[in-house]
Amino acid sequence: MSTPQSRPPVRRALRRLPLNAAAALTVVVCLFPVYWMVTTAFKPSTDIQSYDPRLVPSRWTFEHFRVAVGADGFALFWRNSLLVTLSAVLLALLVALGAAYAVARMRWRGRRQFMLAVFIAQMAPWESLIIPIYIISRDTGMLDRLPTLTLIYFMITLPFTVVVLRGFIAGIPPELEEAAQVDGCTRAGAFRKVAFPLLAPGLMATSLFGFITAWNEFTYANFLIIKQQDSRTLPVWLSSFQSTFGTDWGATMAASTLFALPALIIFLALQRHVTAGLASGGVKG
Amino acid sequence: MSTVRERSVPRDAGRRRPPVTAGHSGGRGRGTLWPYLLVAPAVLGMLYLLLYPLARAVLISFQDFRLRQLILGDADFVGLRNYRTLLGDPEFWEVVRRTFVFMAVNVVAIMVLSTLVALMTERLGRVARTVVLSSLVLVWAVPVVAATTVFQWLFHSEFGIVNETLTGLGFESYEGYPWFAHGGAAFGIVVVLIVWQSVPFAAITLYSALVTVPAELYESARMDGAGAARVFRSVTFPLIRPIFMLVLSLEVIWTFKAFVQIWVMTRGGPGEATTILPVYAVQTALAGQRYDLGSAASMLTVLLMSGVLVLYFRQLFRQEGEQP
Repeated sequence: MSTPQSRPPVRRALRRLPLNAAAALTVVVCLFPVYWMVTTAFKPSTDIQSYDPRLVPSRWTFEHFRVAVGADGFALFWRNSLLVTLSAVLLALLVALGAAYAVARMRWRGRRQFMLAVFIAQMAPWESLIIPIYIISRDTGMLDRLPTLTLIYFMITLPFTVVVLRGFIAGIPPELEEAAQVDGCTRAGAFRKVAFPLLAPGLMATSLFGFITAWNEFTYANFLIIKQQDSRTLPVWLSSFQSTFGTDWGATMAASTLFALPALIIFLALQRHVTAGLASGGVKG
Repeated sequence: MSTVRERSVPRDAGRRRPPVTAGHSGGRGRGTLWPYLLVAPAVLGMLYLLLYPLARAVLISFQDFRLRQLILGDADFVGLRNYRTLLGDPEFWEVVRRTFVFMAVNVVAIMVLSTLVALMTERLGRVARTVVLSSLVLVWAVPVVAATTVFQWLFHSEFGIVNETLTGLGFESYEGYPWFAHGGAAFGIVVVLIVWQSVPFAAITLYSALVTVPAELYESARMDGAGAARVFRSVTFPLIRPIFMLVLSLEVIWTFKAFVQIWVMTRGGPGEATTILPVYAVQTALAGQRYDLGSAASMLTVLLMSGVLVLYFRQLFRQEGEQP
């Protein structure tokens, strides 16, 4: 693994050259599309529609961002996305907290079966449920409505929220709550005053991952919101951006950047959690 | 505390409780309702939002369900007719074949690349490792629709950077090459996009598994004269195998999530070049108004996936079993 210290530094550097070159290549392959998205958004249109591509914009411009933000309904779709996402995540958090507590701290018949169901739900074939959910929403008059999306995003994020919160709750020593109960707290009070503050990082991490999942969801937003254009969300708007703006790739990339930004910021802030625990929880970004 | 105390139990019962070690097994059952009340919303959600749609899909796949039935709602049962129609359709088998090719190409590329990246990351110095891991996380974070749009722009026929670079390198035939008009090229771009998006998760997970392999094992293997390839095969791989299998089965299942990329980028086209099973099901149902055939295709997809799913769960519970 590590090269012995006795080797001369030059030979060591040479030996490590292929490794570092591979690392550089990996970083470039990873970052280039993201870099290209951002720089295209800042390039003047003459640079974009040129047969002589420039790696760095000749001049930085906010023109494309102005076009994207000023586009019809941008603020409305932003609000829709935020509304649906936040309510889905809050609902999932609330429901998952109860379920996770019951699983982590209580013994009851059916506990194992419940967890099995949660694990299966986490792998639910959402891509294969579009047709029945479309038909059910149509029959119940729930098409074109944001609460429908909220419910679906709630269900998409719920299983992994339960799994992760269960892990966090199980990690808090029950003795702490017991001590509080001895001191006269009720069971619920002990949980709220003792365990809940310790749970804050876990709640934070899970809700942010739920947020990203719901924020990015495209399929159901695309097929359940059909006639009522005012109920569309950002991913659908972005996918139709090209048809709205024709060949204005600068504005399209500006819109992509604006859409990706919240997710990028959250992920980078959570990087430690990402690389450590949640990776093993089967979380797709 | 694992015990659930009913409301009627006097408070000071807690004080007489045995030490925690024994407490974990105590109080089983007791007929208390609390845990059931706590999981009830989650169970209801799973029943109404997952099980019911699934049951409905099964039902529709056995019915004659088209636009008329969608509006009037008096669908007749036709038994296995939809499945017979599908299985007798050479076009359907072409889609199945394409789905498996798509899955195999993606999963093999993802697993090979991410294993290499993970092995590389482990050997890097601290700064380089942080840079690599950060860029992996960044890619992981890019929303699917944003990434898909960016790739459309990268491979744009006229002003796309890929064509301009290829032309600049002397491949004149790529000048204005319309990637999305050629079946093979479009298929290739979708694969590249999915591999690019999937490698970060797989690589980071494999890397965190690699870190747990004790360094002494490598040293003793090397002292026994084993080469790098031999060390990987006999020491590293057997130890990360459980995680590797977990990631592998997840990636197989997630290839079906490629629905979004395909739908946004090509809608399954050009022709049928990128139509995999989930895309085919939705096209049949929503574009062709054949909800019955689409549901049947979806159910066959679920059936195919559940095989992989069983594999995944066996692996997962073996992992879970290690924890108390």
